[in-house]
Amino acid sequence: MSNDALHGHPEVVTTHDAHHDEHHVHHHKETFITKYVFSQDHKMIAKQFLITGMVWAVLGGLMSVLFRLQLGYPDQAFPWLEDILGRWAKGGKISAENYYALVTMHGTVLVFFVLTGGLSGTFANFLIPLQIGARDMASPMMNMLSYWFFFGGSIVMVSSLFVQTGPFSGGWTAYPPLSALGDASPGSKVGMDLWITAMALFVVSSLLGGLNYVSTVLNMRTKGMSMTRMPLTMWALFFTAVLGILSFPVLLSGFILLLFDRHGGTSFYLSDIYIATTQQALPNEGGSAILFQHLFWFLGHPEVYIILLPAMGLSSEIISVNARKPIFGYMAMVGSMFAITILAFLVWAHHMFVTGLNPFLGSVFVLLTLLIAVPSAIKVFNWLTTIWKANIRFTPGMLFALGFVSLFISGGLTGIFLGNSTLDIHLHDTYFVIAHFHIVMGVSAFFGMFAGVYHWFPKMYGRFLNNTLAYIHFWVTLAGAYMIFWPMHYEGLAGMPRRYFDYSNWESFKQFAELNKFISTVAIIVFAVQLLFLFNFFYSIFKGRKVTTMNPWGATTLEWTTPIRPGHGNWVGEIPEVHRWAYDYSKDGRDFIPQTEPIGPNESHH
Amino acid sequence: MNVVSTRPQKIHPHKFTLWLAIGSIIMMFAGLTSAYIVKGEQPGWSTVVVPKIFYYSTGVILISSLTMQMALKSFKERNMQQYRILLTVTATLGLAFLVMQILGFQQLFNSGVKLEGGAGAAQFLYIIFGLHGLHVLGGAIALLVMFLKAFSARVRNYNAIPVEVISTYWHFVDLLWVYLFVFFLVKS
Ligand code: HEM
Ligand SMILES: [Cu+2]
Repeated sequence: MSNDALHGHPEVVTTHDAHHDEHHVHHHKETFITKYVFSQDHKMIAKQFLITGMVWAVLGGLMSVLFRLQLGYPDQAFPWLEDILGRWAKGGKISAENYYALVTMHGTVLVFFVLTGGLSGTFANFLIPLQIGARDMASPMMNMLSYWFFFGGSIVMVSSLFVQTGPFSGGWTAYPPLSALGDASPGSKVGMDLWITAMALFVVSSLLGGLNYVSTVLNMRTKGMSMTRMPLTMWALFFTAVLGILSFPVLLSGFILLLFDRHGGTSFYLSDIYIATTQQALPNEGGSAILFQHLFWFLGHPEVYIILLPAMGLSSEIISVNARKPIFGYMAMVGSMFAITILAFLVWAHHMFVTGLNPFLGSVFVLLTLLIAVPSAIKVFNWLTTIWKANIRFTPGMLFALGFVSLFISGGLTGIFLGNSTLDIHLHDTYFVIAHFHIVMGVSAFFGMFAGVYHWFPKMYGRFLNNTLAYIHFWVTLAGAYMIFWPMHYEGLAGMPRRYFDYSNWESFKQFAELNKFISTVAIIVFAVQLLFLFNFFYSIFKGRKVTTMNPWGATTLEWTTPIRPGHGNWVGEIPEVHRWAYDYSKDGRDFIPQTEPIGPNESHH
Repeated sequence: MNVVSTRPQKIHPHKFTLWLAIGSIIMMFAGLTSAYIVKGEQPGWSTVVVPKIFYYSTGVILISSLTMQMALKSFKERNMQQYRILLTVTATLGLAFLVMQILGFQQLFNSGVKLEGGAGAAQFLYIIFGLHGLHVLGGAIALLVMFLKAFSARVRNYNAIPVEVISTYWHFVDLLWVYLFVFFLVKS
């Protein structure tokens, strides 16, 4: 029988035998190792995910600063860079090979390790048991393993930065043949093996986590917490986990075939290839690189919703709390998230419009893709209606949540362009795509994550973050994000392709030289402001203003009924019972009514 | 306060997690068999004759499912003696299945079907059957753990949940095999 004691969760204990029961009674003695390292407390695991994600975000961001330096100042050398970075910046310039390695790592790291592992890992772990009223996850042991697989994957990925031939450099989508042939480029050698290993560990981590999140949400809710009384954060994290459970395994099968092509001599993805560097014609025949693209994007598209849905959930909750109004259209919100989850599996080929896809098939995917605009628009409408005529408290969390909505709208609109297969012929693989997905998924999900951190920091550490620093962080990041990515749309419309190291030899793009300098300068400033946030974060853990009341935001949800610094098990006594949904704000003349309060005899219906 | 369930019969979280994991594994094999289908429509596709030994291994894994079910039944009846025997039989059949799979691979390999160069039904067969084998191996290891527990006198345990979890998994890898096997018979 498993050891992952379900920490006195009564509904589970009843199904266990007597022998197991006594296990719950005596409290564990916690050592440093069990409390901070191999912790099975969901709150500690969440913090581990958060801080690991932050380290990754700094690395990934730094990479973008480096390659932006190249793009902004292609003819300049920065000799001091060589002192810091050694062979990465020989003579103060980034070589073409290193540029591609940086772009690839930047994409991989930010998409998977920060905005999937870091975002879901942090908030699913932290919030699910607290908001549904459970003492911990269904399996705390699996939860711990999920973090350590993530950590292992991280170590392997970082180590690929230090191998002699460099990390993988064929783009975060890892298309063959660059990813399948060691001879294709330096990064395709050991770097790619490490990349696959790291990603495989990451997939295992995501699956372990996802299984747990779904199982916990469905099975471990406290008395009275029916599914439709759950805060929207729970629904969002739930759908996110479902997406991950069903799509990551397909990516894994794609990787397995890739491994066999690399090392087993098969040719699933390879056909008729002549390698110029080794002057060799390969015997592989009959393979199809497009097959990999199908397997990749079957995960790849759900992946963008794996990134986005948690941000949507966090923002919904924070917007409602700080607007002091119930979220508008709760069921419509749940319904649109459900629709997004289903549609996410049916649109992957919009990434493949120009691969020679049958145009009829293409038009089906156009239709399905544009359908996603419907639930997305419903959500936007509901957020805007929630803040309509509200008495908004502009806390840093609220600002970031509103920033998320703004970015989601801006980025969503350009998605409508890209979803049309005919327009995509012109736009695909240009800076228009870069601008689109950075705004709609990259930066907006970051905003959701920041909103979450600012809002729940008091619950995580029993202290507040500094507000002044937070406001600087917000305004500079919001303005900066638009200044960086908005102009990229124009570059893309003019046909400027992505994944190029130097545009200065191109007559038609010389007009953008100054613009590129501007973008790069802003990128450096925005990066610096993120360091300010990190300072605020770590400083406030130790020195921040102390939280003195259990419910500093006046929120209805269960996490604010726990002690200011909850121990393992979350509630000291019994788990509270829930009597109402999570959004009774400004009701019957009261500012808010906690979920734990029974419905009064004269209460109005919502 | 007793936190009772909001629904009539609640499934144990561990069992539920297993069902989710099964969904996940199904997606992985669905990915691989879809790749097979997509690939099969392309020029240069080669088929394969599935070695006879895989018919026998199918029989073995089907029987092991039966013994697993009987083991679970005896456990629930607290007939520990019989439970241990049946568990042993199941694990042995599982290992026999794996050995037969390896023999099948060997036969195929010796008849000149290699991984190199090709990307036809045979290469898929090695990979898909191999991955299935890994899942059986995982189940066999879990059975081994159960087996050791059943023989250790110290731990007296009448909790049926772990036994139910492993038996569900075992039936699943059995069904998965039947699907994969039939898939290959029909498709090649
Ligand atoms: C300061 C913030 C950021 C800046 C300045 C930035 C800049 C860039 C640029 C210029 C490229 C294109 C490089 C090229 O194609 O040659 C790129 C690629 C990419 N970025 Fe970012 N980025 C930032 C943040 C993010 C975030 C938050 C994400 C998370 C989703 C992200 C994900 C990606 C991905 C997936 C690629 C594509 C990589 C590839 O082509 O394989 N970036 N970034
Ligand atoms: Cu997509």
